[in-house]
Amino acid sequence: MTSTQKINQEGINKTELDQLDKKERYTLFGLTVPYLALVFGLIIIPIGWLFYMSFIGRDETMSLENYQRIWNSKAYLRIFKTTFQISLLTTLFCVLLGYPLTYFMSQLSNRWANICMIGVLIPFWTSLLVRTYAWLVLLQKKGLINSLAVDWGLWSEPIKFVHNTSGTLIGMVHIMLPFLILPLYANMRTIDKDCLKAAANLGATPTRAFWTVFFPLSLPGLFAGLLIVFVLCLGFYVTPALLGGGKVIMVAMKISDNIELYYSWGAASALGVVLLGVTMIILFIASKLVSIDQLGNRS
Amino acid sequence: MKSDALNISIKDITKTYGEFFALKDVSLEVKSGEFLTLLGPSGSGKTTLLMVLAGFTRPDYGSVKFGTEEVVLKPPHLRDIGMVFQNYALFPHMNVEQNVGYPQKLRGISKEKIKETVNEALKTVKLDGLGHRGVAELSGGQRQRVALARAIVFQPKILLMDEPLSALDKKLREEMQIELRQLHDSLNMTTVYVTHDQKEALTMSDRIAVINGGGLMQLDTPSAIYKSPNNAFIADFIGESSLLSVKVSKKNVYLGNTKILVEHSLKKNGDFLLVVRPEKLFLVNDNPTDCNTFTGNVVESIYQGESQLLMIKLDPDSHGDQILRMRIPNGTASLQDLPSIGNKITVGLKKSDSFLVE
Repeated sequence: MTSTQKINQEGINKTELDQLDKKERYTLFGLTVPYLALVFGLIIIPIGWLFYMSFIGRDETMSLENYQRIWNSKAYLRIFKTTFQISLLTTLFCVLLGYPLTYFMSQLSNRWANICMIGVLIPFWTSLLVRTYAWLVLLQKKGLINSLAVDWGLWSEPIKFVHNTSGTLIGMVHIMLPFLILPLYANMRTIDKDCLKAAANLGATPTRAFWTVFFPLSLPGLFAGLLIVFVLCLGFYVTPALLGGGKVIMVAMKISDNIELYYSWGAASALGVVLLGVTMIILFIASKLVSIDQLGNRS
Repeated sequence: MKSDALNISIKDITKTYGEFFALKDVSLEVKSGEFLTLLGPSGSGKTTLLMVLAGFTRPDYGSVKFGTEEVVLKPPHLRDIGMVFQNYALFPHMNVEQNVGYPQKLRGISKEKIKETVNEALKTVKLDGLGHRGVAELSGGQRQRVALARAIVFQPKILLMDEPLSALDKKLREEMQIELRQLHDSLNMTTVYVTHDQKEALTMSDRIAVINGGGLMQLDTPSAIYKSPNNAFIADFIGESSLLSVKVSKKNVYLGNTKILVEHSLKKNGDFLLVVRPEKLFLVNDNPTDCNTFTGNVVESIYQGESQLLMIKLDPDSHGDQILRMRIPNGTASLQDLPSIGNKITVGLKKSDSFLVE
């Protein structure tokens, strides 16, 4: 007798079980309702509204003029270019600074690693605004760094660190670093230390073992980290606005200008939509790359 | 795959962690081509000793020689020895072929030669044809074989294994024990094998080094260790045994007030333990010569497939209040003859099977 036959024969039991099954499903669905409502109210509707507004022209009618302006205007193109440049550079510096630091932390004993982690997290938990102004204080012409360096004779004239690209980069790298370190660290801790021992045992110098075993195994974490950093950079506002001194204009700042200066919700929405679209495309490509990367690991 | 094996001489190796002695003046010789097992309970220092051989742990002092070469200061990647790790430590981002080819690639061997040696190694461990599989697609037993292939592909003269079979199920483990032993014989490598499983050690080794508390307790062939353990720890740890408290006075051994015959001569008086292997006991009716006899009540009788295990509570008046375990192979005695719980029985132990430990 097969099991289905058995179930059919014991039909009474089956209906009861079905009912229980259904009840459980409804209960679980019920539990997710508040969250679904929240997503709908706070994400779906506003984004839909954003799309709608982006098609409203100056004369309050539906038109594509907002998108046409972005496409045709050299200024907008430059803003997007700056945004990508700053984001890429920030990501690059985050990787250059963050990878060695995270590697170092992953090799420490739990106790010291936790102490280092606190060092990473305390600035992370400090207000973004506070940290940005702190950089302003440190880096400006009469700031701590310049005056100390001039006093000690490291350089004779105060160097212009802020209100330009370098200031923006310094601030952004500092603020973004934890976003790279946290996923990378989580990944590195899972790398089996015996794998490195095995590599050494099989004849790999420490450098060789690092590049052939540790680094490839840390790539998923590195990739996750740099993706978060890059995507967050694309929409960054406060730090470039304060440390860039108006010389570094990124998309988020233009959106704010469009609303605050020109009261042009349509133009701002269109920029928002384009930025969202570009971010989605990057995430999509990245997700493809990650899966290809994992396939590559196996073959 | 033949290479000349190397002997290993370990001398006075000591390793401390703070106040704790992980290894304490361990000296032993591993003969060239030998299969030597480091056997001990967890925390005994056996793995530390293996890590000293591999170069991952630097001892506080002492010397390790491979052949005539002192290697104690040599970093692991220059030691040129194969090692199979407990959890295999296969590289998850490489397939089977790349894993096994890794040591060859490091040695700058040509691509064709790598392919050839990798295939040969995979054939040796009976994995030919699986070279393109990912590590994640393999079963535990297959991973174990890949780890082994990777450790032997560059024909090291010394092969270290750190509890390589502990993650496998019992049946596979027992198959692999025999296979590893056969592989050792065909490869002619000096093998140092770490395990906490005494049966595994007895099955596979030429010699067993019993390690406990960071020190070497006994180094001998499996049969010698089983037959004449040096001390109570080994008697208890290797094989099954009942340890009965006995007293020695004036060259005589007493269990309670019964005199016990033993094979070896007695040098001093005091408290000793009589080692009784359960399978060496036999049922007696009369009083045979050159035998010790014990009388007691059967308190437990357990069917264990190939044998019946009896727990015998010895007569408190003549033997002292102790439990003796006895094993009767199933099939040798008919079911009616098997003593049942509550029966008073007398069992014998040959004088040649009776020995004392401190």
